[in-house]
Amino acid sequence: MAATDPRRGPRRTIARLTPTEIVLFALPLVLIVLLWGNYSHAAILPEDRADIMYHGYDGGGLEVGGPSVLVRKGLEDKVSVWTNYYVDMITSASIDVLATASEYTEERTETSAGIDYLRDKTMMGFSYLRSKESDYTANAARIGISQDFFGDLTTLGISYAYGWDEVRRNGDDVFEDEIQRQAFRVDLSQIMTKNLIMSVNYESITDEGFLNNPYRQVRFLDGAGGFNWEAEVYPRTKTSHAVAVRGMYYLPYRAALKAEYRNYGDSWGVDAFNTELAYIHPFDNGLTIEGRVRYYSQTSADFYSDLFARSQAQNFLARDKELATFETTTLGVGVSYEFSMEWMPLLTKGVVNVTADFISLDYEDFRDVTQSGFAPGEEPFYSFDATVLRAFVSFWY
Amino acid sequence: MKIRLAGCVLLTMLAGCGSMEIKPWVTPYERNNLADPIMSFSKDPVSAGYMHHVYQAREGARGAEGGSGGGCGCN
Repeated sequence: MAATDPRRGPRRTIARLTPTEIVLFALPLVLIVLLWGNYSHAAILPEDRADIMYHGYDGGGLEVGGPSVLVRKGLEDKVSVWTNYYVDMITSASIDVLATASEYTEERTETSAGIDYLRDKTMMGFSYLRSKESDYTANAARIGISQDFFGDLTTLGISYAYGWDEVRRNGDDVFEDEIQRQAFRVDLSQIMTKNLIMSVNYESITDEGFLNNPYRQVRFLDGAGGFNWEAEVYPRTKTSHAVAVRGMYYLPYRAALKAEYRNYGDSWGVDAFNTELAYIHPFDNGLTIEGRVRYYSQTSADFYSDLFARSQAQNFLARDKELATFETTTLGVGVSYEFSMEWMPLLTKGVVNVTADFISLDYEDFRDVTQSGFAPGEEPFYSFDATVLRAFVSFWY
Repeated sequence: MKIRLAGCVLLTMLAGCGSMEIKPWVTPYERNNLADPIMSFSKDPVSAGYMHHVYQAREGARGAEGGSGGGCGCN
């Protein structure tokens, strides 16, 4: 199946870079890293620390909770290794499930590990991730290189990731498909003044394979005053490009202001942007408070519709609300407390952190079909609120 | 296509400037504010990684997240 859509206009030419063109951009960047690296100061490895977190999500009929443990340890100032164990325990009665199926429970386990190697002025990293649930297995490997130069004023990093996933469908022993993913990323951070640091990040991701959710369906008018359901059909390729600009500013009274803007476009016709503003305020007694506000907005995919006029109305069919037109608003607060742990052998300090984010999602062309008493296509637009909690303790050693 | 070619040429020229030494305008002893942990783009990677996952699962956009970024093969 072809992934192109004749309705796409020239405004999305950024989403049409070929792998050859991406390489043409990447080669000069590698040269910059290698040549300017001669004038850099030595980089440093990340700190040795361990984080033990409980995460919880509750919103839109979906509840997800579980632990995440991240441990990082350096070896002789040259190598730093890390590993992460993460679990999602899911109970879902979301609107997608309620519309065409029934509540289910699921568990996803994700394990990942990586190594960072510091040689002279160059940091190289490699990581591997594996995620497994009853109907989906994901693998991803990433390799990257970064370098400080201009006397540590500038850091440039590039990385490449390759992923290979297996898609299955519970209750259907015959169905099995796969996805290959490639991601190319460039990160540039720059010290602007004594109080301001900025970064620009670019990432291109290409997927190929079975990209839709095997359970989700689209609805269409049945010609008798009602509607019916049929399977989604997605293109088998997708390429996306995202560019983000971020800044951190140190305020005169020891507090930090963080700002972010990200722009996104993909070959399915989704255009999006988000902005975020955060404020971090530490106190002398070890307490730090943080507040943030985030806004996200996106347009729908070219082949998305809440209600198609008939069965098999077009080549590609989607009704995933993640491909609809919608906006997201997030308010977040966090508090942390740092304490000394030098009385404990091997440890230096610890931090306890509790953070909560309150997210509102408002859809502009995705309707709530669980509402009764409405003609097809006249149901109210869907919206829901979600609460995201993270409680974790960190140790440095 | 011209814009892409111009971008490649510009980047190559930048790479060719590798032989030039530029004096830093913020010297190392002026960076104590920037070295403060509150100035880290991603001071808690385990928490930031989780929020990236939350947004990736519910929003169409992906990529160029802050911190280490990406690496998650989850769909």
